[in-house]
Amino acid sequence: MYEHDVIVVGAGGAGLRAAVAADEAGADVALVSKLHPVRSHTGAAEGGINAALREGDDWELHAYDTMKGSDYLGDAPAVETLTQDAPEDTITLEHWGMPFSREEDGRVSQRPFGGLSFPRTTYAGAETGHHLLHVMYEQVVKRGIQVYDEWYVMDLATTDEDDPNDRECHGIVAYDVQSGNVEGFKANDGVVLATGGPGQAFDHTTNAVSCTGDGHAMAYRAGAPLEDMEFIQFHPTSLPSTGVLISEGVRGEGGILYNNEGERFMFEHGYANNDGELASRDVVARAELTEVQEGRGVNDEYVHLDMRHLGEERILDRLENILHLAEDFEGVDGLVEPMPVKPGQHYAMGGIEVDENGQTCINGLYAAGECACVSVHGGNRLGGNALPELIVFGKRAGYHAAGKDLGDPEIKTGYGDDVEDETETELPVQPGTAGLDSSGGVAADGGVTADAEGILERKVENAREHVDYLMEKDDGVQHAEIRQKLQNAMTDYVNVFRTEEGVKKALRLIRECREEYQDVYVDDPSRTFNTDLQQTIETRNLIDVAETIALGALVRNEFRGAHWRQENQIRDDENWLKHTLISWEDGEPKIFYRPVILEGQDKTYEPKERSY
Amino acid sequence: MSTQQQEPEQPESQEAPEDPEMRGAESPVDEREKAGGDIDQTTADRSELEGETILIKVFRYDPEVADKQEPRFDEFHVPFEKGMTVLDAVMYARDNYDSSLTFRHSCRQAVCGSDAFFVNGKQRLGCKTQMADLEHPVRIEPLPHQEVVKDLVVDMDHFYDQMHTVEPYFQSEDTPDASDLEEQRQSRENREKVKMSTRCIWCGACMSSCNIAAGDNEYLGPAAINKAYRFAMDDREDADIKEHRLRILEQEHGVWRCQTQFSCTEVCPKDIPLTEHIQELKREAVKKNLKFW
Repeated sequence: MYEHDVIVVGAGGAGLRAAVAADEAGADVALVSKLHPVRSHTGAAEGGINAALREGDDWELHAYDTMKGSDYLGDAPAVETLTQDAPEDTITLEHWGMPFSREEDGRVSQRPFGGLSFPRTTYAGAETGHHLLHVMYEQVVKRGIQVYDEWYVMDLATTDEDDPNDRECHGIVAYDVQSGNVEGFKANDGVVLATGGPGQAFDHTTNAVSCTGDGHAMAYRAGAPLEDMEFIQFHPTSLPSTGVLISEGVRGEGGILYNNEGERFMFEHGYANNDGELASRDVVARAELTEVQEGRGVNDEYVHLDMRHLGEERILDRLENILHLAEDFEGVDGLVEPMPVKPGQHYAMGGIEVDENGQTCINGLYAAGECACVSVHGGNRLGGNALPELIVFGKRAGYHAAGKDLGDPEIKTGYGDDVEDETETELPVQPGTAGLDSSGGVAADGGVTADAEGILERKVENAREHVDYLMEKDDGVQHAEIRQKLQNAMTDYVNVFRTEEGVKKALRLIRECREEYQDVYVDDPSRTFNTDLQQTIETRNLIDVAETIALGALVRNEFRGAHWRQENQIRDDENWLKHTLISWEDGEPKIFYRPVILEGQDKTYEPKERSY
Repeated sequence: MSTQQQEPEQPESQEAPEDPEMRGAESPVDEREKAGGDIDQTTADRSELEGETILIKVFRYDPEVADKQEPRFDEFHVPFEKGMTVLDAVMYARDNYDSSLTFRHSCRQAVCGSDAFFVNGKQRLGCKTQMADLEHPVRIEPLPHQEVVKDLVVDMDHFYDQMHTVEPYFQSEDTPDASDLEEQRQSRENREKVKMSTRCIWCGACMSSCNIAAGDNEYLGPAAINKAYRFAMDDREDADIKEHRLRILEQEHGVWRCQTQFSCTEVCPKDIPLTEHIQELKREAVKKNLKFW
């Protein structure tokens, strides 16, 4: 058994930042990640980091833009914490050597981004995430923080009290991908989940193959609610054949969207008469799909993003990476022709419910980054707000897990007297457990074990048995087949435009995946670097996470941010200024709601019509 | 359990190749003929590949599995689609024919650096290499000069150790307090100077291609030297630290080992001028009158 004060699961931007903070606070910290840190998907972020650094800008404007962008589903204490801390945390990156793009006077450059009232997106070319990831990893190396890379975390070692709010997390169970050994990691002070997004629940995604919602699924099965999972951002500019992301920076620098008739449709068809291409991402994604549906798409599939008029010099200076991506992954030269783009799954606004200090309702269990929902993004994340979230809330979670006092949070977590139960929606199928549950869930073998090591040992034993079972089973279904079916279901029915019937269909298909998964087996007989085994376990996580996305999409019958429902195409503030929460109780999802917090520290963010 | 395959079950949605023949390492010549004999087919006619299958020959090794302990090549016929990359091809083979086929991959867009392979005798990033640009059949092997863990997965520990040897982190001491919101100034020219060096994705292609690194296990190698260049040339670090960095680089297994063969520069998927960076650091060391090995 390994033992550390703080264990951080996942080594992308949020995980690395949490580890550095925990180290600064004096804790013995370890990073445990299925990838070597520099392989993490933070590295694919292109656009930049929003931070109010300059005269004429301030955190309050950034907070206002973010609340508006969230379609008033962000919690004001979270949004204000983000926007107040982002400037200092961005400058800290600069001091750590981040190679930001520069102005003539040597200060860091900022550029306009969608939904922002001030050009406050700080960037390093069109590869900001790559630099952030490497700079953060450099700091981990500098501090000598222990990294267990290529260790796949399977489960949390959490106590099993009836009420999740009484539970405590004492560590994790992981297996060494290189050797196949399953081991326990005891965390004396806390576990921080920083496992990134669940994009692989969808077929057409900008996300890496590794973005399988592992942290979401583990926290969920341990009893921490998942919040606002229905809010999935579809990025307006992904390459059609691969889903590779073309940064919003292209539009920020002046790139223009055209339909097949050469119309600048964002203006000419009235989707965003003021901001055009730089409207919020959800607005642009819906506009593009509407153009395609109405027959004005190119090849009935996509639209064109043109940046040729920016000129070679400016493109090479600020967007060079985009030229490489368009050439390598779509065979298009962005200097001589427009680039084909269409919406692709990009980001999950929702996630594991946490407070401003990154803590879940389970004592000692934290989450930060895309896997968490504080909530700063609400119904729609603004471009350039993901990276500041990583560093601001990664740092806070690391500090708090290491015992640093950050003050009492204003955001509440877990089931409590301020929530309201979901009672109205009829589910088309029984969601939740369909057997084969030993990789997660609260172990229900009778007596409560309070002793941390005892719990961890029992969890390690469960995990070993589960792996043995999967490996020894000789035939059945393979994960790839189930995963593809799941991805197709989500892309077909829980996409940009959602209908009640469609989402119900998705839930039925997810149920089928769950049942098929009971017969899953791992064909590769080797314990050495068994990616078949890893992907099989990931697929189970994807099923659980996809189900929460679809359940959220079914119950929320309104149109807010990235979530559009055909049956109620208005933002229904009277009924829906509340977060959707889904928690796993005895193997079944329980759905409830918590009101959104619109009261900031000295003002209330009154919902206004969101036009761009 | 055996790794030998039954006839693969084709998912309904997939267009199954007429003649899968995905195994048969014993008779590569026959297989080549079945593939159409077009081993010299190149790229000019990409469109002719539409609807065809492409033969890939993939290196297999697993220390635990009896019939994989002796390295061998397995053959897979993969239906070609426009835009198909080497990574797409091995993923297809894995998901449809043999789920034990093992390789690292993650982002699919040339930024995570996981999938550097030895493709038709050259280090290339799988996700960034178009199948249509290669001669067929396509031979896919793990990176040379590194220990093979399994199939296309190599042990990267030595590579990471070398990266860490050059103290790859910013060391400036006199930085203003971040809470003053005062960033350090850096000229555009200086940022431009280090820009290419900061693009490294740690894929290891350069190190694998380097003859010197192959013969001298302690040689820092092009990636680590480039990482050091990234700091040594950044004006935000002061002169003392720069000299400290040059002392690390000019040691016996440092920059002077490089024989300017340019193999690293040729294979770098991020087009980093590695050899030039190494040469520039040699000149810097000379200027500083540092010991010359």
